[in-house]
Amino acid sequence: MEKSTMNKDVRLSCRNIWKVYGPESDQFFEGGNGVVDDPETLAENMAKSDHIVANANVSFDVHVGEIFVIMGLSGSGKSTIVRCLSRLVEPDAGEIFLDGEDLLKKTSSELIEIRRHKMGMVFQSFGLLPHLNVIDNIAFPLKLQGIPEKERYAQAERVIELVGLQGRESNFPKELSGGQQQRVGIARSLAVEPDVWLLDEPFSALDPLIRKKMQDEFLRIQSLLHKSIVFITHDFQEALRIADRMAIMRDGKIVQIGRPVDLILNPVDDYVREFTHDVPWESILRASDIVEKPDGPIEGMGRVSGDTSLASLLSYLSDHEEGVIVEAKDGSVLGIARGQGLLSALALGCAIGPAHVKV
Amino acid sequence: MNWFGIILVTLLLIALQDKWSWISEYPDAFILPITGWLNVMMDWLVSNLGWFFMGVSWFLEWPIQSVQWALHALPWAATTFIFCVLAFVASGWRLVFFTLASCLYMVVIGYWPESMNTLSLVAISVPLAILIGFGVGVWGFYSSRAERMIMPILDMLQTIPVFAYLLPILMLFGFGTVVGLIASILYSFPPMVRNTIVGLRQVLPEVIESGVMSGATPRQLFWQVRVPSAHKQLLLGVNQSTMASLSMVIIASIIGGTSDIGWEVLSTIRKAQFGESLLVGLVIALMAMVIDRITAGMATRSDDYDRENKTWVQRHRYWIIAAIGTAIVFALAQMVTVLSAWPREMEFSPAREMNEALTYFIINFRAEIESIKTFAFFFIMLPTKIGLQGAISPFTWGFELKTWHVIVYTISMVTLALLSGRRWGIKINILVLLLALFLYIGVTKMPWPAMVLICVFAAWRMGGRNLALGTFLGLIFLVVTGMWFEAMLSVYLCGIAAIISFVLGTAIGIWASTSEKVSSIIRPINDTLQTMPLFVIIIPFVMVFKIGEFTALLAIIAYSIVPSIRYAEHGLRNLPEGVIEAATMMGGTNRQLLWQVKIPLALPVMMLGLNQTIMYAIAMLVIAALVGTNGLEQLVYIGLSDGDFGLGIVAGAGMAIIAIIVDRMTQAWSKKRQAQLGLEV
Repeated sequence: MEKSTMNKDVRLSCRNIWKVYGPESDQFFEGGNGVVDDPETLAENMAKSDHIVANANVSFDVHVGEIFVIMGLSGSGKSTIVRCLSRLVEPDAGEIFLDGEDLLKKTSSELIEIRRHKMGMVFQSFGLLPHLNVIDNIAFPLKLQGIPEKERYAQAERVIELVGLQGRESNFPKELSGGQQQRVGIARSLAVEPDVWLLDEPFSALDPLIRKKMQDEFLRIQSLLHKSIVFITHDFQEALRIADRMAIMRDGKIVQIGRPVDLILNPVDDYVREFTHDVPWESILRASDIVEKPDGPIEGMGRVSGDTSLASLLSYLSDHEEGVIVEAKDGSVLGIARGQGLLSALALGCAIGPAHVKV
Repeated sequence: MNWFGIILVTLLLIALQDKWSWISEYPDAFILPITGWLNVMMDWLVSNLGWFFMGVSWFLEWPIQSVQWALHALPWAATTFIFCVLAFVASGWRLVFFTLASCLYMVVIGYWPESMNTLSLVAISVPLAILIGFGVGVWGFYSSRAERMIMPILDMLQTIPVFAYLLPILMLFGFGTVVGLIASILYSFPPMVRNTIVGLRQVLPEVIESGVMSGATPRQLFWQVRVPSAHKQLLLGVNQSTMASLSMVIIASIIGGTSDIGWEVLSTIRKAQFGESLLVGLVIALMAMVIDRITAGMATRSDDYDRENKTWVQRHRYWIIAAIGTAIVFALAQMVTVLSAWPREMEFSPAREMNEALTYFIINFRAEIESIKTFAFFFIMLPTKIGLQGAISPFTWGFELKTWHVIVYTISMVTLALLSGRRWGIKINILVLLLALFLYIGVTKMPWPAMVLICVFAAWRMGGRNLALGTFLGLIFLVVTGMWFEAMLSVYLCGIAAIISFVLGTAIGIWASTSEKVSSIIRPINDTLQTMPLFVIIIPFVMVFKIGEFTALLAIIAYSIVPSIRYAEHGLRNLPEGVIEAATMMGGTNRQLLWQVKIPLALPVMMLGLNQTIMYAIAMLVIAALVGTNGLEQLVYIGLSDGDFGLGIVAGAGMAIIAIIVDRMTQAWSKKRQAQLGLEV
């Protein structure tokens, strides 16, 4: 998997972020780093006194070049946390480090500079300016910086090409389909060449077919640009498709963080497990996930690479009872995969309870 | 305490009013001399700060003079050309033809200079009103504290009759065109404030967030993101402000007395030259319609942005066409004098023929006209005013009111109340009883404590404690200033008009909602009535029915019926589709669908229509004072013509109080009902 080549440097780090809404939301913290002895009890107390706890003690790191997905249902606080990261919402407590500098300590003019050069954001309902055409919308952040028209159009033209909107430059937002509007939103957020790219449910307003296509486009763009990404979604399948690592949020708290496959194989609680029910296991699990030690000679058996999906192994294994050799990227043998192992892996994932089988 | 208790107390008060006279009439000795205090205050203001206002007045005179000069210096053909270009940009060829025809009409009929005088006042007052309105609106948008302060002031400015604040302006700023200007600014900036606040607030949060994330400074965010996104609503505000300004400029000419179009209408009405007044009235109506269509067209056009990238010339083509065209027309006009000054002998005015036709009509149909008037007066207006007990006499109804009549009336009304109560619930029962009581006693003969009690209780039931308190204070103001009787006269006239308008208008609205054809016929009529300055609506009624309350009533109905029609149709056409489909699938007939599903669901919207109908009726009532009514509106008018500042303001405040109370009550009811139904308008 490509994760093995991933750079481990941290770009964006979110430490013990708290955001509380309510009548006396400022009573709990006065700034501060958000480190408390017992966050669970504190959050409970807040909720009891008519406060809405949007984010409770949220911490995570986003590595350079990584797609970090935050997944949660509506009201789980995922939109709030991405707005805390961009300081569209001021957190009540905690720290956010961008390249090692605390974002929450920045003055508003420093913040404007950061937004102009280091951050890009994409919104669920696009947030396009209705009075500007495509190219002016995309060049708008550059215009705000006072870059002359010729230069900013040249830059805008480059990102337009990247998102495949050539020929649409002089259309206005209302003349575009939802998918095209979001391409404009994506292009605009990329126009300033940011390091950190925040996407707040970018594809949720689109219909399923377009969504699938946009996800592919998104992965293609990322394979070219290698941004550090925070991607918000309520769609578990979407998260699985695009995440390098993901976090699941519930009631303002992070329930679990890990690679998609970790979450599927080892859900920390029933809440996470419930999401994994509908997962198409055969396409998530890889051959390397079901390897076992060979109990005999392995000469003459077929060989597959470790990241082959189980779905594509099914037909081979149904004909070859002895199994197949699974090898790592470098060609070394990881072990063998057998029909029995595949069945038990799928059974583990799909198990709601054993079926009654008559013997 | 419930409604039956209130009705009992009312009956008790009626019975006792012969014994204690203060029940029927508030004693003069206890009237607070607020009027006098106000006059003293005003005198002080004029003598001590007069120099300041006079200075402002002198200062404002300059721009008016110069715009007037410019509009007169331009040949009519050039001005018309500019208007046509504007019309084309705003909407297209149809509006160009309409504009051209309107301008030609003004020229041919010989009222071009007067029209330009009116226009120059509008041209100065609108930009100022928009500037002030936008500024105040932005302030209200950023500070909710300011908004809470601004809103009631706007309410007052829009509900206090125009005539009431013409006088203080006159006293402070002196005679002249400036009075019209200031009155028109005061009257026309509130819509801009409201639209600014609404527009800025309506901008989607994600658009703002995307602006912030693009690195906008607060100033950039406001001017480059928020304001352009609110563009459409702001232009709507410009349109409403312009219309308000135009109508005010015309009314203000009553005292301004300059040779503008409003003055012409008024003086022709006064001289009973109805043909002339109708022709001039049409000038105002055309002017209003052209300005309205142009500004409204600009507001909707802002949606269509130019597609291609254009050169400088292409982008500014309309400016260039306007400038070159005007120059050419100007040059032509120097040679062909017809284009600059339309010769007197070429003027065409069918006023004399119209007057003759009118005289012919009135003489030949005198009997019919008289019988309509008498019927309405004896059988509708008089009973409402002084009750059946006063209205029925051998002279009017042809018989005398005897005890057995009263008994039969009482029994039949109580039976009706019980029956309808069983069919539609207790509220209808109470409503019928109250109406029967009012019809018998008469609005103006109802003892004031009883009236106050009924209103306050109704306010409490509809809008809770605060509304009840406000209603009580407002009504007590009317009592202690000694204007109760006049107030009830206003209420009676407005009340009849509003009820007739609502019933008739709702019926038409229901009809229009079921038929596209009817709807397409009614819509332009409504549009015209709404853009027509109030003044003009009165003219045809005065021509036929002469001066008097009946004429006022008809004029009020003609104007206030519009919102009833609109809201009824709107409410019925915008129901949640699922409900209608479900009811259709249950096998409901069209009639069942209408009465059992659509109307109950659309009722809250219709109530908003009633609210607007009443507001329109009160607005028209103020103008109707010109044709002879007796209520508060007449006191306002008397205050103006006698120079009695205190009287005008107190009576004007009285009208505003009535308007605001009714407004809050109907809105509270409508909101409550809507919340119950889970609908939103």
